[in-house]
Amino acid sequence: MPGEILTEVRILIKSDADVVTARQQARSVATQLGFSGSDLTIIATAISEMARNIVSYTGMGEIILGPTHHGTKQGILMIARDEGPGIPNVAKAMQDGYSTGNSLGLGLPGTKRLMDEFDIVSEMGKGTTVTMKKWKR
Amino acid sequence: MEVPILKQGDYLIASIQAALTDEDLLKLRDELAERVGKYRSRGVIVDVTVLDVMDSFASRTLTATAHMLRLRGAETVIVGIQPEVAFAMVQLGLTLEGVTTMLDLEEGLAFLNRQIKTKQGAKRAR
Repeated sequence: MPGEILTEVRILIKSDADVVTARQQARSVATQLGFSGSDLTIIATAISEMARNIVSYTGMGEIILGPTHHGTKQGILMIARDEGPGIPNVAKAMQDGYSTGNSLGLGLPGTKRLMDEFDIVSEMGKGTTVTMKKWKR
Repeated sequence: MEVPILKQGDYLIASIQAALTDEDLLKLRDELAERVGKYRSRGVIVDVTVLDVMDSFASRTLTATAHMLRLRGAETVIVGIQPEVAFAMVQLGLTLEGVTTMLDLEEGLAFLNRQIKTKQGAKRAR
């Protein structure tokens, strides 16, 4: 691995300005991890959606970005975490067109389509954690 | 970051210069709705060439803006969506339904010129 080994980056999300910061950071971390072209846009867009969910539904949370690997595959790990009210029905929230807030209801299923791996854990009253991975091609 | 809005003849051109927060986007929508009345504009071009991300909020706000401006009597064209941005938008299911999009500013202006000619022609025929 050339250059410095990148450790994780944490971004506190509490306002719409942080959404912009989060997607810029995501682009920068992904570039450092060797992503390029449309993958950078995809990663930045996914982070934008997740950061937006945090702002719209819970008010505060964090995004964690860092390297990940599986065997010889190298990629980026992205975690969006909040301690909000939780999602009552995760299966339903993952369906296209479903939304409880003021979004189009494309956020979660749409973002899943952008990613290689997508996992969501939500507990009522405790919060939601979305874990996503994108592998380098 | 505020978006400069230029008046050029019958048109308004909003040229986005940097990444926008949600608040900036809503401000742009309101400014355009107001200025279309102030300058009696027939067409609006929103140039998004520099945007490297178009997420659900940006798409929804731009769609609402175009529909609002149509209700105010002006045609809106979104120009400059980059190929990677278009790719990510489609994956997300964002299609800017009912909004005219054109490749770049030049195409946007040409489109508005044609639209307005057609409208004037229809008026004369009545």
